[in-house]
This record gives sequence, structure tokens and C-alpha cells, in this order.
Amino acid sequence: MNYFEMLIAAIFVNNIILAQYLGCCPFVGCSKDRGVAIGMGAAVTFVASMATAFTWLMQKYVLNPFGLGYLQTLVFILVIASLVQFVEMFLKKMVPPLYKSLGIFLPLITTNCAVLGLAILAQRNEFGLGVSVFYAFSAALGFTLALFLMAGIRERLVISRVPKSMQGTSIGLVMAGLMSLTFFAFQGMIG
Amino acid sequence: MSFVKEFAKGLWKELPPFRLVLGLCPVLAVTKSAADGLGMGAAVIFVLVLSNAIISMVRKIIPKKVRIACFIVIAASLVVAVELLMQAYAYPLYQSLGIFVPLIVVNCIILGRAEAFASKNPVHLSIADGLGMGIGFTMSLTFLGALREVFGAGKLFGATVFGPDFKPFTFMVEAPGAFVCLGLILGAMNYLAIWQSKRKGLPEPSLAASCGGCRACSIGESKQIMQEG
Repeated sequence: MNYFEMLIAAIFVNNIILAQYLGCCPFVGCSKDRGVAIGMGAAVTFVASMATAFTWLMQKYVLNPFGLGYLQTLVFILVIASLVQFVEMFLKKMVPPLYKSLGIFLPLITTNCAVLGLAILAQRNEFGLGVSVFYAFSAALGFTLALFLMAGIRERLVISRVPKSMQGTSIGLVMAGLMSLTFFAFQGMIG
Repeated sequence: MSFVKEFAKGLWKELPPFRLVLGLCPVLAVTKSAADGLGMGAAVIFVLVLSNAIISMVRKIIPKKVRIACFIVIAASLVVAVELLMQAYAYPLYQSLGIFVPLIVVNCIILGRAEAFASKNPVHLSIADGLGMGIGFTMSLTFLGALREVFGAGKLFGATVFGPDFKPFTFMVEAPGAFVCLGLILGAMNYLAIWQSKRKGLPEPSLAASCGGCRACSIGESKQIMQEG
């Protein structure tokens, strides 16, 4: 599979939220404003790509040679948590404007299942290093797209009349279902 | 008394996925069938009860600044244990749950309960809380799984429910069905809560909000906190 196909497949066909159910919490929790959605998406893209690279190296050079494969979950989450800390400190010191826009999202990303999920999926699919990183990057772009679309719909929803008991998260999930149905149409486009 | 109270709140009043809206990813992903939901729920009960107990035991010696990291390490060790147990004794289930077994570690329900309850309460209450929340989670998952399995495949726990003429409503077992079903259930739960408090003459309850107890993933709240403090 070439890179372009992979990009399209990860963004549209196997969208990480709408087809693989990863990262639903931020999808529901922080899709109220388009600016926030973009910020969150950018932070996830950045961290997911880096985390996949580091966890791949960890798996190849630490876990596999010593036969510690069963510790994958523990090691990966520690790598991600410390990476997030490090990125936060680095940005704060070296690139203050970027820190200002992404800073508040970074601590929340440790517990985002999309990041850990992508790192593990890249291992389970047995990709090489470059392909793994590209896969994580394109899947995170799909995450950003879904989050942005959802935020756009939600901004419209504010002015529409929703039954009282359906307000908030409830109607949000029904809309996510309809979006997912739309993305479903891409299935079978590739592969 | 309070043991029973902490246990019972997870079963209805603060039912994790439907009232607190915690831990949505597995709720959506592993409820293609009732059996998968039940298995996932059992794994979560194991991790949640033990993590609550351990965190409650060590809550006084964990420095406040690194508490989240400590919670994650404890939860991750327990998840590794669950993975190994499932590989040994329930391999087919492990295969069908796939990536969502390791992902229990980042499930907001674990960190949410650790942060909101276990880090502030004694051990026996934390165990009650974990058990109640875990059972509530399992019930919800099994319920949603049964609903989707019955309509999407015409089966329940693998046994055929409808006659041979039944045409499965495939929409339900695919991704869109999961979102719509969960959304409608949340709506129904809100409706029930509003109706209940109206009958008793109480003020209106808050609607099922996103990630109630878990600051870790709800950006809106953390933004507010940053602005306030």
C-alpha cells in the first residue's frame, strides 16, 4: 500500500473516531468550539506522531530483545506520559507562542485513548518505523477532521430547538452516529 | 450503611456510561454483542476495584503533584495483569475485544474514580465505589450489547431470538448504530431523571454531562479552571 492510499484510508475509510471508536471522550467533551477543536487536533497529531515513533523504538530495541512483550501496555503509557511532559516543557521554554496555543491541551492527551491506541495498532499491524509514524500522523488528521466537523455542527446546534432531555451529549452522540453513517459510505473505496 | 450507599450509587444514580458519561470508547466499541460487553465489564470491574483499593491505601504517601502519574502506573500494572489472565483463560474473548483490553488503562472511568473518590476516601468505601461503578458499567455494556445484538443480528448471547423470516438490521451492529443507540439511551435516561424529580417536586437534575468526574479529558472544564485560578 502506498503512502497516498494510506493517508486517504486513515482519514476517511477507517476514521479513528467514527469507524474505530478511539478518542471518543475529547470528541464529545471538547467539540463545542471550532478553535478548541483545531487546537486539540493539532496537539493530538503532534503527540501521536512522536509517541508512535518512540514506542516503536522502545518495542524494537528494549521490549523485543529482552522478551518483555507482555509489558507493552505499561511501557507505552509511561513513554507517552513522559513524552507529553517533555514536550510541554520544551515548548514552554523554546516556542512560547506554540505553547500558548497548544499548552492547555497537552496534559490531557496522556489519557487520550487515540494516542495509546495508535501506538498499539501500529505494533499489531507490524509496520516499519516510517510507516508507523505516517500512519499515526494520518489517523490523527482524521481525528482532527472529525472533531472540527463536530464542532461546526455543534455551533449551529446552539440556536436550534432540541427536546430538553436530548440536549448536550445525547444529541451530540446521535449526530456523531449520522456523521459516522456518512463516513460509512467511504467503506470499500480502498482495498 | 455508607458502604451500601457508595456501592448503590454506581448502579443507578451515577451509572457510569449513561449518567456520568465516562469511558465512552469501549462502550461504543465492544458492544456488538452482549457477551463481549459482559466480558469487557468483568475486566473493568477487576481493574477498577483493585486500582481503587490500592490508590486508597497509598493515598497519603503520594505527593499531590505526581498523583496522576502514580494512578496511571498502578492502573497500567493491573491492566497488564488482566491481559495476561485473559490470554491464559479467556483467549477468544481477548481476541474479540482486541485493542480495547490494553486501552482500559486510559479509560476515564479508572482515572476518574481514582481522582474523584479513591484518593480522598478510606479503603473499604473505595472498594464499594469501585465495585458499584464496575457493576453499573458492566450492566450498561451488557444492556447496550444485547440491544444491538438483538436488532442487528437477531441473536442474544449467540442464541437466535427471532424466527427465520427476520432480516437483521445491520445498521445497529456497525459504528453508526453504536453512536445513535448510546445517544438515544442517554436521552431516555435524562427524560427519566427529569420525570422522577418532577414527581418528587425536587429541582431539575443536571443532564448527563460529558466526562463528569474526570478532568483529564474535558477541555471545557479545565479551561474554566485555568481562567478562574
